[in-house]
Amino acid sequence: MNEIPLSYSLGLSAILFGIGVAGVIVRRNAIVLFMCVELMLNAVNLAFVALSPYAGVEGQVFVFFVIAVAAAEAAVGLAIMIAVFRHRESVDMKNFSLLRW
Amino acid sequence: MLLLQEAAHGAAALAEGNGFTPVLPWLIVGLPLLGFVLNGLLSVMAARRALPTLPPVGDPYYDHAHDDHGHAAAAPSLAPAHVHAAVGAGEPSEQESLDHGTDAHPVDRAAARDEAHAVHDAHAVHDASHDAHGHDAHDDHAPAGPKPFTHTLPSLIAPGVLIGSFVLAVLNFLAMKNAGEGARLAIAEGWSWMPVGYLHVDAALQLDPLSILMTLIITGVGSLIHVFSIGYMKEDPGYPRYMAYLNLFVFFMLMLVLGSSYPVMFVGWEGVGLCSYLLIGFWFREKANADAGKKAFIVNRIGDFGFLVAMMLLFWNVGALDFATVNQSLLARGSGIEFAGPVITAIALFFFLGAAGKSAQIPLYIWLPDAMAGPTPVSALIHAATMVTAGVYLVVRSSVIYTMAPAASLVVALVGALTAIFAASIGLKQWDIKKVLAYSTVSQLGFMFAAVGMGAYVAGVFHLMTHAFFKACLFLGSGAVIHAMHHALHSTHNPADAQDMRNMGGLRKYLPVTFVTMGVSTLAIAGVPPFAGFFSKDEIIGAAWLGAEGSSHLSRASLFGVSGAAWMGAIGVILSIAAFMTAFYMGRMMLYTFFGDNRTGDQERRHLHEGDWTLTLPLIVLGALAVVGGFLNVEPHVPIVQLFNFGQGEALHHWLHPVLAGSDDVIAQNVGRLEEPEHSWVPIGLAIAIGLGGLALAAAMLGRRRLQTADVQPAFQGGVEKTLYNKWYVDELYDRVVVKPVGGLSRLFARFDMGVLDWIVDLFGRLAQMFGIAFGRLQTGQVNTYAFVLIVGVLIVLGSFVAL
Repeated sequence: MNEIPLSYSLGLSAILFGIGVAGVIVRRNAIVLFMCVELMLNAVNLAFVALSPYAGVEGQVFVFFVIAVAAAEAAVGLAIMIAVFRHRESVDMKNFSLLRW
Repeated sequence: MLLLQEAAHGAAALAEGNGFTPVLPWLIVGLPLLGFVLNGLLSVMAARRALPTLPPVGDPYYDHAHDDHGHAAAAPSLAPAHVHAAVGAGEPSEQESLDHGTDAHPVDRAAARDEAHAVHDAHAVHDASHDAHGHDAHDDHAPAGPKPFTHTLPSLIAPGVLIGSFVLAVLNFLAMKNAGEGARLAIAEGWSWMPVGYLHVDAALQLDPLSILMTLIITGVGSLIHVFSIGYMKEDPGYPRYMAYLNLFVFFMLMLVLGSSYPVMFVGWEGVGLCSYLLIGFWFREKANADAGKKAFIVNRIGDFGFLVAMMLLFWNVGALDFATVNQSLLARGSGIEFAGPVITAIALFFFLGAAGKSAQIPLYIWLPDAMAGPTPVSALIHAATMVTAGVYLVVRSSVIYTMAPAASLVVALVGALTAIFAASIGLKQWDIKKVLAYSTVSQLGFMFAAVGMGAYVAGVFHLMTHAFFKACLFLGSGAVIHAMHHALHSTHNPADAQDMRNMGGLRKYLPVTFVTMGVSTLAIAGVPPFAGFFSKDEIIGAAWLGAEGSSHLSRASLFGVSGAAWMGAIGVILSIAAFMTAFYMGRMMLYTFFGDNRTGDQERRHLHEGDWTLTLPLIVLGALAVVGGFLNVEPHVPIVQLFNFGQGEALHHWLHPVLAGSDDVIAQNVGRLEEPEHSWVPIGLAIAIGLGGLALAAAMLGRRRLQTADVQPAFQGGVEKTLYNKWYVDELYDRVVVKPVGGLSRLFARFDMGVLDWIVDLFGRLAQMFGIAFGRLQTGQVNTYAFVLIVGVLIVLGSFVAL
């Protein structure tokens, strides 16, 4: 059985992470922003899993933690989004500059 | 019970006859401290009670009462009286607002008592402000109703603890007296206070003949003055506070004389300065009194600087600060400190700077006359009998240091002599009875310093002791006079000054006890045999004559190129003139106060009378001591008084011998044997002539003079009198030379501080502000931008890791 080379997995992970980063920087829609963040997290998960045969099983354990945190983060983030939407009638990040001085 | 056991223990030690075990030494200082704590608590309670009783929030009468304040006297029933009593200080209406019988506003019993107290308080302030000179204005009107316990308990506590201390001191004295002469030293170890590096200072008490003598004077005279204070101050609203301060003072004074090392002594030294400040400014609502307290405190700081420098020099060169070790090191040959060398001279002079501040010597004497702003018993205790003699005690305690520094000793003697004549000349032309006594005290302290400076340590201590008796008596007598005068003037609402001698005259008919005791003390201070002051003063002047003849260890020393013998001759002449002036101004004071016709006023005269027993008993005891105190140290060959002398003669010399043995050793090592002086009758005859002559001159010159009251009689006539009345313009000179330049310099520094330093600090503030505004622009509020910056940063960090 042919194994998938490590470089493929890591390359895919890097590409996914890059897409996520680009999305976070470029996109304005808050929901898409969240999805991009999830994408980055999952890229990291992929890298963890891909490396676990070489670096030990701890990477896979970490993945579970990341998934749990990602789930929590998504729940909290979406709740915030809903609250913001109720307030502003928009999820466009351009309209939220509350952190400004 | 413990006390009795200890006493029995002490008695057992007595029976053995050699060892000396101190009897509860810590309790001697502890009792006054206990008194301070108790009286302090009482004064806090009294102060809380005197606070204005504010009505509950929303009291409809309160604002109304405030608006109507001016009319409250006319219509007391309209307004709640207690509010007025509290806020109406200084208003002439407080008596009327006492009228709670017609008060529409129901006041419960406790509030009424508070109110009476507050009224009383306010009334005293009113008194002080209406009295032209204000000082010693205290209220003779008893407050309504019985006095609260805060004003009765101090009468028991304050003198009680002092008498307890005195009894303990007497027990210790007796135990020490029965010990052998070599064994009269005990150090009561407390705890290790400052174990820092090579510096080991223990909190310990040293009981030796000198410290026990001082303790006896402080607690004995102190007890009498505390008793006097009851009669003098009991109507004052601040009575518990007064007694608390007085007890605290005695505690610190005892620490000063009983401390076994210079740092412990310094604690007492600073403590008595603090209490002096607190008590001079006791009636601090008047600015003059508060200023006098500040002046005393600040002038004393200059002296304390000298004390500190001397202590540091001593530690630097000797390596220890307790008296025993210091003396041993200095006496040991090859200690590195040479006889009459620069180091020991500097130490001695810096210690003398401290002594000059505390004991009011030139140039730091200016605070003592102003200190008369305090209550008169305070003047008697602190500014005549005890605290101001601390400098003399310091010099005697450091006798080894001073004997090793002959030039510094001569400086001490010279400054003392100059102070003696200078202050005496000012005393010639003062009208305030307390000011005369104040300058007299400065002058007598000058005598003591002249004595200890000339190496006549015993004569200095002897004069210290007799001075404590007769000057305390004179001050308390003046207090009794002022008390009577104030009472008389107050009862007719006469605004005349109760302390001005021009308003007195002929008081001997009205105040017989005061007259007799003060008269005896005047004879004592003037130097009339056989009263106390004659012997002590004669011994000082005699020491100067003997030194001039060459039989003092300082005779061969020199200062500014002039031999010690010549200096001492000059000092003898100066002191003789000062003694003559002393007799003259004291005679003048007695003449103007007690003789001639009464000038107080026809109405007022009926109210002049002696105070109660608390005022007269201390006077009688101190007067008796002023009569017999001098016999303690009579030379054995004086024939007239041999009958009275205690045992062997020169008792004080023998008693203090162990303390001064070190200084004798220094003389034996470095100067050699001194020839025994020949006794001559001339100095003694001269001393008698000076004392009687001064009094006689005063009687001849002033006895026939008809004085007017202060508002008619001018304070001075002619240039010399004006200069003397204005105290040689020294205060003005200091103001011009010291105070004004320091003030100008301070203003300059203030402008530098505000203009330059503050500008620099503000600059940094403004810079930070500008940076904030500039970098604030980077905050867009857009999460994407932040994420971008974050990622760029991460990339840079990661890139740098890879690159390196």
